[in-house]
Amino acid sequence: MPSELVYQYFRQAKLPHIWCPGCGHGILMKDVVTAVDNLGLDRGKVCIVSGIGCSSRAAGYMDFDTIHTTHGRAIAFATGIKLANPELTVIVITGDGDASAIGGNHLIHACRRNIDLTVVVFNNNIYGMTGGQYSPTTPTGDFGTTAPYGNIDNSFDLPDLARSAGATYTGRGTAFHVPQTIKLIENGIKNKGLSLIDCMSVCPTYYGRKNKKGSAVDMMKWQRDNAVDYKKAQTMTEEELKGKLIIGEMYHKEMPEYTAEYQKLIERVGGAK
Amino acid sequence: MSRQELRLTGSGGQGVVLATVILAEAGYLAKKAVAQSQSYGPEARGGMCKAEVVISDDVIHYTKVEHATFLLALTQEALNKYLPDITPDAVVMIDSSLDLPETGLEGHQVYQVPILQTAIEKVGRAQTGNIVAVAAINAVLHLAPDDILEEAVKMHIPKGTEELNMKALAEGKKLIH
Amino acid sequence: MAYKRFALLQGNEACVEGAIAAGMRFYSGYPITPSTEIAENSAVRLPQVGGKFIQMEDEIGGIAAAIGASVAGVKAMTATSGPGFSLKQENIGYAAMAEIPLVVVDVQRSGPSTGLPTSPSQGDVMQTRWGTHGDHPIIVVSPSSVQETYNLTVRAFNLSEKYHTPVILMMDEIVGHLREGVELIPAEELEIVNREWWPERERARHPYRMEPGQLVPKMTPFGGGVGYNITGLSHDGEGFPTNSNEKTAELMNRLFDKINKNLDDIVTYEEQNLDDAEIAVVTFGGAARSVMGAIDKARSMGMKVGMFRPITVWPFPEEQVRALAKKVKHILVVEHNNGQLVLEVERLAGGSCPVSLLGRMDGSVIKPDEIVEKLKEVSK
Repeated sequence: MPSELVYQYFRQAKLPHIWCPGCGHGILMKDVVTAVDNLGLDRGKVCIVSGIGCSSRAAGYMDFDTIHTTHGRAIAFATGIKLANPELTVIVITGDGDASAIGGNHLIHACRRNIDLTVVVFNNNIYGMTGGQYSPTTPTGDFGTTAPYGNIDNSFDLPDLARSAGATYTGRGTAFHVPQTIKLIENGIKNKGLSLIDCMSVCPTYYGRKNKKGSAVDMMKWQRDNAVDYKKAQTMTEEELKGKLIIGEMYHKEMPEYTAEYQKLIERVGGAK
Repeated sequence: MSRQELRLTGSGGQGVVLATVILAEAGYLAKKAVAQSQSYGPEARGGMCKAEVVISDDVIHYTKVEHATFLLALTQEALNKYLPDITPDAVVMIDSSLDLPETGLEGHQVYQVPILQTAIEKVGRAQTGNIVAVAAINAVLHLAPDDILEEAVKMHIPKGTEELNMKALAEGKKLIH
Repeated sequence: MAYKRFALLQGNEACVEGAIAAGMRFYSGYPITPSTEIAENSAVRLPQVGGKFIQMEDEIGGIAAAIGASVAGVKAMTATSGPGFSLKQENIGYAAMAEIPLVVVDVQRSGPSTGLPTSPSQGDVMQTRWGTHGDHPIIVVSPSSVQETYNLTVRAFNLSEKYHTPVILMMDEIVGHLREGVELIPAEELEIVNREWWPERERARHPYRMEPGQLVPKMTPFGGGVGYNITGLSHDGEGFPTNSNEKTAELMNRLFDKINKNLDDIVTYEEQNLDDAEIAVVTFGGAARSVMGAIDKARSMGMKVGMFRPITVWPFPEEQVRALAKKVKHILVVEHNNGQLVLEVERLAGGSCPVSLLGRMDGSVIKPDEIVEKLKEVSK
């Protein structure tokens, strides 16, 4: 029996979704609507903006104003929506490749501006839609169809990247840690500025199979058994943290927000109505 | 007044583009048809610089200078390059610091005037050379009445420089008798 | 500071004033010569009228943010040149497919690649038509004076709102950097088209579902409490992705029909001295100024020459050029490229009369005398 939220916030006619059995994206998608519901937001003022890839199909299932854009450009589209109408709550649902490879430039500059967007990355460490190529978050040494001998690239730590670029709220959740992830998304939406929540999904079909990670259940168990809270991680040695997944809230700082600053500029030059 | 094609040349930083904008503005305020354009790019940063304005009583179709009816040269290089491309009855204005070429000026009305020197010594600011030039050009070509030229200058100069530029206009006019 | 009603402005400045008169309240872009003054003037003028300007991190972000703003119901524009126009192509296709009103200004410069950044060219004729991948409809208008830049920018916004499609204002350096007198006709005296949407929420939830005879969707600005989906994937009448060949055909045919069935409204052109003309010169944009100068001279020499100038370059005035080819002895196409529009003219002339080209791709402007020489040559 699906929860009430599924009837309330999803487009019934569009379900079931196209994601593979065992994919973590469905859980993360529900985390997003749960956060919206918990915050009691006016759903008519919530927009979901997505890019291209497995993650970005989420927009089509969620019953808000939704826009499925071009590959890598979700954050740039969202910047336009938010600046044009700052009243809106704009949530970007993107993937690891969408956000940090082809869309990496938009990501860092949205962080730099601290524009009030909540970027939720469904991070499955792989390009799923095109069949399992390595992404900027595929760990070094792992395999993909384009890393047949093992990936020699270094990978991005997305919350770290966002923070250094100027984001004012960052954290990491997982498909397994549902309540924690919902809380992170809620806090991200509440933050008046650029928030990035790196949500570790599981991709048993491509990433899991290529890297012998077992079933979807095994991959979720791995998240359960290897997650370390960010605060605790600060007390651990590099050796102790090897092979661990650091989760939780990582950074929060109040800073001037872009659309509010622009409004002040309009008032300063006498353009306010 | 039929179609006049003015070409102002010098080096980047001498303000010849602004000079053409002001002349165009003056012509426009004097109810004439005008078209102003310039060469952009590396030329605008220290190299040779060329800007043009076409002024006419009739509608202007072609907006560029085909053969200049007036040429201003503030550098030797610009003079040598653009002198061949003028009409047989073109008016030529040359800064006094330049050497007159042996050929190319026959039959032309030539004004050899100390524009750059006037800006430095009489106005007290080298950067006003273009405004001195604008006044001298207007004194020769009678493109617009003096008050309109003043108005055009004021529209295109930084606030606080009015006095200096009005002085430049006056000194420029004096160069032509 | 707003300008007076009559002002001496550059084409690029007039574009911004026209856009604001048309209702533009959002500009996003990236600096590039020779279109930069459009960004600079938008940065000055938009906040003065309560609008927003944002300099994005790249050309792609520039068009993407503009589409986003339009989705939020705010009239939006981006401008670019040369390499920047190449970078914008993917999202021009997106706006065409998702049917988002948007004005894209392309102040053409010499290419390919970085080319001659400050020199005039008209080499983007075919790119404005076919620059993005896939079949798609597009509207492209091209001004040849500063006044027309003002008027056509207004028209570009009106067409984009009316037909829910990107409209490209194809300028060139000749007009973009030309200063001429312009009358900045106030918005109250202009026809301004604004977006329409369904008042009923249930109907508004399906903006892509067409009523009989309807060809253009009515889309509520995001935040209107409707809850509908926009996608660049092939989509059904509900706005959701579909793999159906039938539904894709329906969508694609409608996208073309909304333009092709309204040619009378969309296609505009100018004719000069064609009544008794034996030679017609077909040209557009800044090149038309050289052509008009040449016609003045040719006429004074007794040559019967006229000009046909598409103001709407795409869709091309096909019927008119077909008829023109039957009427004159020769058509000369003058354009600052290696022969792009001439292909269309040749196709439409279909052998009715010979078609010649005077092209140019060295970054200089074609002079009237050169056109006169060519006219003498073709009239032999």
